[in-house]
Order: sequence, then structure tokens, then C-alpha cells
Amino acid sequence: MTIQGGASAPPADRVLSDGDVPLKVRLRRAERVRKMTAFGLVAPLLVFLLLTFVVPIAGMLWRSVGDNELSKVLPRTEAALVTWDGKSLPGEAAFHALADDLAQAHADDTAVIAARRLNYDVSGLHSAVMSLARHHFDPAATPSYRDAVIAVNHHWGEVDAWGAIRHARGPLTDFYLLSALDLHQDASGAIHRVPADRAIYLDVLARTFRISLTVTLFCLVLGFPVAYLLATQPPKIANGLMILVLLPFWTSLLVRTAAWVVVLQDQGIVNDLLLWLGVIDHPLRLIYNAIGVHVAMTHVLLPFMILPLYSTMKSIKPHFMRAATSLGAPPSVAFVRIYLPQCLPGIAAGCLLVFILAIGYYITPALVGGASDQMLSYFIAFFITDSVNWGLASALGAVLLGATLLLYAVYSKLVGGTDIKMG
Amino acid sequence: MVAEQNEQQPLVQFSQVQKSYDGETLVVKHLDLDIKRGEFLTLLGPSGSGKTTTLMMLAGFEVPTHGDIRLNGRAITSMPPHKRNIGMVFQNYALFPHMTVAQNVAFPLEVRKLPKEQIAAKVQKALGMVRLEEFGQRRPAQLSGGQQQRVALARALVFEPELVLMDEPLGALDKQLREHMQMEIKHLHDKLGLTVVYVTHDQSEALTMSDRVAVFNDGVIQQIDSPSALYEKPRNSFVANFIGENNNLNGEVVEMDQETCAVRLDDGSLVRAARINVHAVGARTTLSLRPERLYVDAAHEGATNQLSGQVEETIYLGDHIRVVARLSGGEPIMVKVQAGPHLVMPRPGDAIRLAFRTEDCRALNPVAAGKMADAGSTSH
Repeated sequence: MTIQGGASAPPADRVLSDGDVPLKVRLRRAERVRKMTAFGLVAPLLVFLLLTFVVPIAGMLWRSVGDNELSKVLPRTEAALVTWDGKSLPGEAAFHALADDLAQAHADDTAVIAARRLNYDVSGLHSAVMSLARHHFDPAATPSYRDAVIAVNHHWGEVDAWGAIRHARGPLTDFYLLSALDLHQDASGAIHRVPADRAIYLDVLARTFRISLTVTLFCLVLGFPVAYLLATQPPKIANGLMILVLLPFWTSLLVRTAAWVVVLQDQGIVNDLLLWLGVIDHPLRLIYNAIGVHVAMTHVLLPFMILPLYSTMKSIKPHFMRAATSLGAPPSVAFVRIYLPQCLPGIAAGCLLVFILAIGYYITPALVGGASDQMLSYFIAFFITDSVNWGLASALGAVLLGATLLLYAVYSKLVGGTDIKMG
Repeated sequence: MVAEQNEQQPLVQFSQVQKSYDGETLVVKHLDLDIKRGEFLTLLGPSGSGKTTTLMMLAGFEVPTHGDIRLNGRAITSMPPHKRNIGMVFQNYALFPHMTVAQNVAFPLEVRKLPKEQIAAKVQKALGMVRLEEFGQRRPAQLSGGQQQRVALARALVFEPELVLMDEPLGALDKQLREHMQMEIKHLHDKLGLTVVYVTHDQSEALTMSDRVAVFNDGVIQQIDSPSALYEKPRNSFVANFIGENNNLNGEVVEMDQETCAVRLDDGSLVRAARINVHAVGARTTLSLRPERLYVDAAHEGATNQLSGQVEETIYLGDHIRVVARLSGGEPIMVKVQAGPHLVMPRPGDAIRLAFRTEDCRALNPVAAGKMADAGSTSH
């Protein structure tokens, strides 16, 4: 069709002008309402996340590096130590300041704060601080505060004690983070490993990663065939199976873990059955050790592997496998070369999900694991609730977070971040 | 000498094949079919007629519940699909999304463990054949529908199978591209001497491309013939209605000889028809009349049958005029009139006399009045 009288029509590509306002500005205006609406819809969630997620995590990260307790209790001591070289004992002024600070702290009932904080660094300083705080010095009868203070507690004659004080002057410290990595900074500022008998967190971190990795692997091996079955069965059967997969979600985590105690204990179903069958003649130790932790965690985390796998497999149309076999690939080759590569996003998502959940697991290992199977979360909980060392708890949390992020970065680099599909 | 023997033998033989999915109803009821070497055979039919099932049994994805399928004289009923060496093009192309175009085409050669240089050469040649040499490094998702279809073709042909199956390969393309691809597939068939079994529900596609068309309905081949024979000489009412446009007139056989029969239509008029699918005097029959074989000039040469009716509607279509009329008995009938400068357009309400030849009026098996509308509608 041709348009008659085209001469009178305006050229089609000319932008109709609206005063001198450029087109871009007008476009932005037109879009503004839509954008505001969109923002308004997500705003409640955004605020909620900010308050319940971002703020607490930021607070935790701050606690892992913040250190301002001691400088409030020992302000004069910290000031006297500013010029100290950290190699030999500080001068008389520092001893005098410490005695004065602790006398003041004793009067204010804050000496215990300093005692606890310094004891984190050098054990024995708790009593050193408390005894010094309780001691009354008569300025006239004390020619040398240095000798007098050392006489009250021998710790004050060691460079490490003074190093601890200076190290804790705040407002920022690397003390907790170093501790979480089994490192220690001495009075001269050099960082070195703590003695083997006091090093625990690196082991715990390694154990946490090892258990999480093994559990992830178990979940993948057990979950893959289930997801495949779910994805390939007709809907009627698949829905029934799916309920079985989801069933654990509807049961409390505590109940599920407790059920494993019942099943795996010495007089539990598994041991009874094996004894009855004559496979073993005395009960196997299946719980309160690594076996229990792995079994229970695999069970609890299995759905998180199956669901992303299922959703990925569901989107792989059966005609790909048919095409592969029609082109001459035996079923096994077709599976490895055609099916598996298309499953990778689901495998990646499932493994990542399970691994990250496993790394932070607390209740299950606490209930079914032995003392040597506790993961990092156990220690975080311990420092928060039992020994009230929030700084170290936060530092351990930060290390966990950092390690997880690092791992995620490596992982997404390997599988291609955009390929991960959460379902 | 083996080759000579092979020349005589059909490439594929279905004998007494049946297939049921649920153990109650047969999707393929009875199938005896020989596919000749080098022919382009189309399986045409409405959905659920058994044509795709037949193709899937040949490809090896479905196992017949009864009967035998032979390829080159060898029973392949229990041979897994990957050993059959049959190329297949799927409805949605089924290109592997995680591989490039070249990797897709190389796949059948790699699983056959050909040497690397040979693979590269064959892939290039196959891509050249479908004019996609430049696209080897692209992903399937970066190609248009028509290009994806050509890659699927290259992949199905690159390992030089004797037999290529195509399952509605052009269904997802728009009309223009589809017609273009029809010709392209047809030319590849001619050039490479392939044997092609092609499934479609699009009758014009079937007529354009095929050497022979097997019309499926209800799990049975209704008729297998060349496109022109299917249109000109349908053996039963289903084929007459499925292929092309058709008028159905119901009546009763009053007299018959070897070639022709006399039929009294339900409105009382008597016509003489070619006897195709009637067996006894007194039996019900449905006459099949192509709209372009009805003439509005009563004196048309050789058109001895006459019917009268009233024009309801005329549609001008440039090269012809479509006249929808109602016979005196109330049955609708459609006529295609060659358009020309001297033609007087009939107007709605005009009385009209329709004439036709005996051989253009085929007495076929009776169709129930209700079913007739259904059968008619599938012809578009």
C-alpha cells in the first residue's frame, strides 16, 4: 500500500519537539513513575533486609576489628606506651600510669573488663590485672613503680604483657582476626604462629571445609539419580516422589537430627539389624563421631541438591538425548557428552547451595558429632554464649565469610558465574 | 552382486506392524509399508493418526508391539537407535545448546571415531552444503530458525546415512521460510540421492516435496500414492477431504456397472458417478466433487450431470471466484470459477445450475453428516 499525498505528512523520523526539552530528558520523565513504582514495591523488603541482614553482618564485621574497651580503662597507660619500642620493658612512667589507671578502674569497677580483654592475649594477665588493681600504692613509699608493680605480679616484668596492652589500644585491632587464624603478634609487632598446643582454629576451619566438601559430594552422588528420576517420570509419579523429597522440609531440623540419634546409636536400628544379620558381633560406633555428622548432614541437606538439579534437568528436553542417539552415540556417550554438560548449571547451583549451608552448620554436628567433629559454627556459638568473647566470635565469623566468598569467587570463575542456576 | 540384490529390495519394510502405548488402544493398527531406495516418502495425517509413531519406530525410539521392521532386509526391531545409522531431523532441531555449530555437526563423526582431519573436512563440507560455512563457531542460540534448521540438516547428513527421517522439521518456521526450506530439502534429496521419510500434517508441504505420500488416519494408511493421484483419485472419503478442497454429497446407489454408478442424492436428483468405493446397489455413498470441476455454464463440454441451487455468497480472489451455493436439498456446495474478463459474477440469491463430468464425481464410502464438516475443515 502506498500513502497518497506524502508531501503533507511530517517526516517519520523527526522527533516531535516539546519546547526545548531534549528527548532523553523526556524519556527519563516518562520512565520515572514506573521506576518509582518498582522501587516502592521492593522497598519494604529492602528495609527489612537492611535491618536484619546487612546491619547485623556489618556489626559483626566491625566487632571483629573494633577494640575500644581497654583504652577506656587504661587511657594513661596507653598514652605512656605510645613511644615504647616494644623490645625491652617500658619506662617508669608506664608503670606509674598503669598503677594509677588500675586504681581508678578498681574504684569504677571496670578493672575486670581490662582483665578479661588482656587475658585473651596473654593467659595469666587476668589475675595480674586484678591483683594490681586491688593493690594500693602509697606514692610516697614507692620510689620505683616499676619494681613495685613487678613485685605485685611477675607478669608485669614480661614484655608480652605490655605488648598486649599496647596491642589492645584500639580503636582497630587485628588481634581477633589473627587469633582466628592461629596467628599472634608479639610485643615488637612481629606476627608468628601460635604454639602448636594452642593452635585450633585453622584445624577447625580445615575440618569445616573438609566435612562440607564431603557432604556436598555425598549429596551430589545421592541426589543426581533422584533428580534424574524426578525429571524423567510422568508428572503423576514425579509429584509423589517430589513430596518424599520435600517431606524433610516439613519436619523440624532438631527432630530429624534426633531421629538419626535413634537410628544410629549403639542400640539403634542399624546396629540391631547388623547384629541380627550376624554381619558384626558388637555394635559399631555410628554416632558422636564423623560418621554420624556426615550421615545426618547429608540427609538434612539432600533436598538443597535435588531441587536445583531437578529444575535444570526438567528444562533439558528429551529430544536432545534422542538426537544424540540418532546421530550414533551409545546412551552412555550421549549422557556424558550431551546430558551432563547441560546439567552443569544445576550441579553448580546445588553444590554451592549445599556447601555454603554445610559450612555454617551448627545444630546437627553439635548433636550427632563428637568433640573432634565440631565445625567452626560451634566455636562461634561457644564464644558468644559461653566465654562472651564476641570479638573472637566475630573474627571467626568473618574468616568463615571470607573463606566462603573466596571459594565462591574461585568456583564461579571455574564454572562461569552466569551459568549457575538456582532453579 | 549384493548391491544388485539391494537395488531390487526396498530399503525399509514394515510388515504387520502394530503399536500400542497403553495396552488398550492401538496407535498404529496395521502397517504394511515398503520404502523404496532413493524415494521421498511423506507420512501425512492429522495429529494422533500414527504417522509420528511410525517414524519413531523406524528411528528406534519406540518398539512395535507386533510385527517386523526391516532395513536393507535386516530385522531392526530390537536394534538400538544408535546402531541404525539413520539420520534424523527433529521438530525443534534439537541442536545441542552447549556446543558450537561446528561441534554439533562434528558430533556424529566423533562418536564414530573418525580421524580429526577427516572430521574437520566433512564438517566444512556439510556446512557448505547448507551454505553456513561462516557460522561454524556460533552457538545455535545465535542463529535464526532457518539457520538452525539447516544446521540440523547438515548434522543429520554429515555421516552419510542411507535413510534420513524428518519429523515436522519446518513446523516452527514462518510460511515464506518454510516454502524456501522445502525446496532446499528437496534439492538436497535429489542431489545426494537420499531416501527421506518425512512426517508432516501440512498437506501442501507433502504435495510439494514428495515422490509418494502415505495418508494416515486412525492408525492405518488410508492411501499411499503420488501427490497427483492422491488429489485426482482419492480412494476414500477421508483422503478426498484431507487433500485439497472437496464437496461431499450424500446419496444412495441405485444402479451400477463396472466403471460407474447412478446415485440418487438425498434431495431426489440423480447423478452418474465414477464407481470407486461402493460395493452394492442400495448402499449409502458420499460423492466427492472438487470445487474446480464444477461448472456454472450448464452446457460445459462432457458435463452430463446437472444440479440446481441458489447462490449464497461469492468471493472474488483474482484468478478465480469462489461461489458458495446451497443445493435444492439444502446441502452447501462450493464452486471455483475461473475468473476472466467476460465472466458475469453470480450474485447472492441467483439461481444457479452446476454441471460436472461423471469421472470428476467419485462415489466413495459414506461419511456421516456430522463428520463431514470435521473432515472438510481439515483440508485447509
